Amino acid sequence: MTLDSFFQNLANGISLGSLYALIAIGYTMVYGILRLINFAHGDLVMLGAYFAFYGVSMFFLPWWAAFIFAIGLTAGVGVIMEKVAYRPLREYPRINLFTAAVAVSFLLENLAIVIFGGRPKAFNRPAFLDRMLNIGSISFVSYTPIIIAVSLVLFVGLMLIINKTKAGMAMRALSKDIETTGLMGVNTDRIIMFAFMLGSCLAAVGGILWAIKFPQINPLMGVMPGLKAFVAAVLGGIGNVGGAMIGGLLLGIIEIMLVAFFPSLSGYRDAFSYAILILLLLFRPTGIMGEVQPEKV
Amino acid sequence: MKQKQKTILTAVALLVVVGLLFVAERSLNPYYQRILNLCAIYSIFAVTFNLIFGYTGQFSLGHAGFAAIGAYVAALLTLSPAQKAVNFFLKTIISPLANLEVPFLFALIIGGFITALLSMLIAWPALRLRGDYLAIATLGFSEIIRVLMVNLQSITNGALGLKGIPGYTNLFWSWGCLAVCIFVVKRLVDSSYGRAMAAVRDDEVAAEALGVNLFKHKMMAFGLSSFFVGVAGGLMANLISTIDPKVFLFTLTYQIVGVTVMGGMGSLTGSVISACLYTIFLEALRPIESQFTIGSLTVPGIPGMRMVIFSFLLLMVVLFYRKGLMGNKEFSWDGLFRFFKRLLPKKNINSPGGGGS
Amino acid sequence: MLFKRLLTIGFLLILISGALVGCGSQDEETEKIEEMEEVVIGVYEPMTGAQAAGGVQTMQGVDLVYAQKNEVLGVPIRMVLVDNRGDKAESATAMTRLIEHEKAVAVVGSYGSSNSMAGGEVSEAAGIPVMGCSPTNPLVTEGKDYYFRACFIDPFQGRVMAKYATEQGIEKVAIIQNISQDYSVGLAAFFKQSWIDLTGSDAGIVSETSYQDGDQDFTAQLSDIGDAEAIFAPGYYGDAALLMKQAREMGFTGQFMGTDAWEAPELVDIAGDAAEGAVFSSHYSAEAATTPASAPFVEAFEAEYGEAPSAMAALGYDAYILVIDAIERAGSFDPEAIRDAMASTENFEGVTGYITINETGDAVKDAVVLQVQDGAFKYLSTVSP
Repeated sequence: MTLDSFFQNLANGISLGSLYALIAIGYTMVYGILRLINFAHGDLVMLGAYFAFYGVSMFFLPWWAAFIFAIGLTAGVGVIMEKVAYRPLREYPRINLFTAAVAVSFLLENLAIVIFGGRPKAFNRPAFLDRMLNIGSISFVSYTPIIIAVSLVLFVGLMLIINKTKAGMAMRALSKDIETTGLMGVNTDRIIMFAFMLGSCLAAVGGILWAIKFPQINPLMGVMPGLKAFVAAVLGGIGNVGGAMIGGLLLGIIEIMLVAFFPSLSGYRDAFSYAILILLLLFRPTGIMGEVQPEKV
Repeated sequence: MKQKQKTILTAVALLVVVGLLFVAERSLNPYYQRILNLCAIYSIFAVTFNLIFGYTGQFSLGHAGFAAIGAYVAALLTLSPAQKAVNFFLKTIISPLANLEVPFLFALIIGGFITALLSMLIAWPALRLRGDYLAIATLGFSEIIRVLMVNLQSITNGALGLKGIPGYTNLFWSWGCLAVCIFVVKRLVDSSYGRAMAAVRDDEVAAEALGVNLFKHKMMAFGLSSFFVGVAGGLMANLISTIDPKVFLFTLTYQIVGVTVMGGMGSLTGSVISACLYTIFLEALRPIESQFTIGSLTVPGIPGMRMVIFSFLLLMVVLFYRKGLMGNKEFSWDGLFRFFKRLLPKKNINSPGGGGS
Repeated sequence: MLFKRLLTIGFLLILISGALVGCGSQDEETEKIEEMEEVVIGVYEPMTGAQAAGGVQTMQGVDLVYAQKNEVLGVPIRMVLVDNRGDKAESATAMTRLIEHEKAVAVVGSYGSSNSMAGGEVSEAAGIPVMGCSPTNPLVTEGKDYYFRACFIDPFQGRVMAKYATEQGIEKVAIIQNISQDYSVGLAAFFKQSWIDLTGSDAGIVSETSYQDGDQDFTAQLSDIGDAEAIFAPGYYGDAALLMKQAREMGFTGQFMGTDAWEAPELVDIAGDAAEGAVFSSHYSAEAATTPASAPFVEAFEAEYGEAPSAMAALGYDAYILVIDAIERAGSFDPEAIRDAMASTENFEGVTGYITINETGDAVKDAVVLQVQDGAFKYLSTVSP
């Protein structure tokens, strides 16, 4: 492999990885607080892409307005999801939450099939994202650096929110101990809703960026990214936002570089990604940046 | 109710069921036969997931992969050499398998054993992980198995799949295997092993402190559960007569989880009831997807409504029947009478003997 | 507590009423033609799930025929569509339902060879003839007396594209297949085999890589193609469109080649300019009016749906109308007779060409090669078997 194609692939890997990271962050945030694997998260990604699509094609909004519309609407869906399906089950065994998440995921996917139709639709990129750029002999499309930049900005923004604001502090406290935090006077319901809203916004952005990079949307488009993001979140240590970022980037780079180095094994790509994940978990059972949960007896 | 009465009732019920199966196998519409077969297979899936998660507390999402192993082993063992030659037209099958053909019972048992073996191999390192990490590891293994099956064309025929698998599965086989599965699992759960597994589920640290060998019991649950998952996979292969790796995507595992939770973790009866409801329900709702009329209103057919309704109902069950349909109660004659008594309106507030024995 | 009880009863009611409605469609005995009230032709397609696009397109064609011709031999037809969700177990159940519950005398379907194989096991055992619209895997009709198809099979398609490539003077080609899709795997193998037959060796195949269902990033596979002059990517149009776009973005200027699954308007929508000049084999072209029936079909289709018919829709149309024709030729509703009529179909004037069914139950038809020009599919040439 030439040096050029190496950097080309690396750039693609980082670009794909940032998408995984964005989605993984939403996953891990919700998990950190609720210990819930929100399987419907991937479908929020799908909804973000579809709402943006309809914003442009049905309501004729300019692209930036459509994106804001999509993010807002998806956040709304996420909040409703939390209130209706997850809040009532908070005191119950986690398997119930898991199943509720599976049920919501199925529901969203099948509703999307019925309402949006099963045929894939073409997502139109805004023109400025479609230009070819060249650095030296590496060429890439303008969306690649933008995706990376947006992910970084959002990540930094999220870290600021988590570490520097009161709400963020409340979220961190909740992820340590829900009961005690509630007793300290924090409005648990509202903070959790806030966390969900943030996570859903991130998912929506992830969906829009995904649709920009892979301009084909269909009702099941969120399944794979959702699963990969879950893997990335676990890889980085589930519950840890920084870990999710690292996990996502790592997963994206591994996926691309694996096939780039061993093209004849390209059919086994997913197997290798999972194998690496499992190996890593065996040596670091709580992920790269995960905290070892002390077991209270 | 006295024990003797219960035993008689159970014996009679079993005879009735066997009789019904006999009649059904002979004369029931093949469509209903197929649904009943699928009910049994899904019930096995649900019961085995209940064993590994409801009773032992191990969040394993590997069901689809294990079913795949069982299905492929059974298929490769029951396919005639002639059919194999037809199937493997792109890449010939590896020679040891080319002429192998065994009777159905052996195929199922061998399939079950290989599945159990592979699953315990996987469990050995994986059981070091807890909770959600175990989930993602087992999910990963399930997908790795599927990817291997897609790529190893000379063993599995890859994406082309296998067709022409003899349709040996009938109501006796499927419900028979389910009966054996339930019997074995129930005996295990009621034994000291089962109590140890429950201890593992409830509090691993305490269990270990009390001398329970965590690893051994987890492996036991894994192995037994996977054996029957493999058998169920084999049953499925010989029912549909064709399989390919796409049948065993992780979405199958999610459905099994949903069905089992709906029935109630910790209740085998619930798992069976829920699995049957799921299968029957999906078929019974088909008319909704074609045009139908309510009075003078013509509602156009919308494909996909079945799954929407099912997902909605699953959500309702999870929200309102938080312990599942059966909680962790098992079927009992007392329970049955009490259930019917409660649905009917009370005739007399002071009715004597309102409680069961 | 009251709510819970109400919920239980409501739950049970939904189930029972659903079952009743389901059982409502009466089981009818096969009666003499004069006494029959209606004849049922079944259709099973993936209307939801990952293959929904193909199923929906096929149904466009079927619905068109159903609107035009809703009786045969003087008896009204009831067309029953059952969704098989693109799932094997569902396909088998769907076929069983059509045969045993709806008492279909013949069935049309399914998009997706995998689904067809599952349904085929059931129809074979029950002795009900099935006409496939678009499944191209040879195994679908292999060893089956009751399964036919109105389309050609993949070995032929692979050869068509290999011939095209060599005739264009292409000497180096890269193959990128979807390893989790039997359609793609089969076509890649047949293409390779034909290439070797035509050029004498496989030296011209400079790269063979794979991707999986759900993969959307092909950059790693694309970086392996070296100096290939053409890329053969026999996957579905969604994957192909993304692949072409990414290839162009990576600086590939060569020829894209594909197969009949590429034919959908979304190919151009998604790939945009990247698709210009791409060629693929297909079943028919609106331009190369293959038979006198083609033009009126295209007109009626565009009037009804406002878009040009895709190959799937045209094949759906042909398969269904072939079944009606077979019933008429058989002169009865006996599945055996219908089956024999289907097997002896010769030079039937379908909209996708003159269809003759051969001994294995496959259609002997020409293939067309189409090219994307100015965002539309333009006819290039016809290739005969």
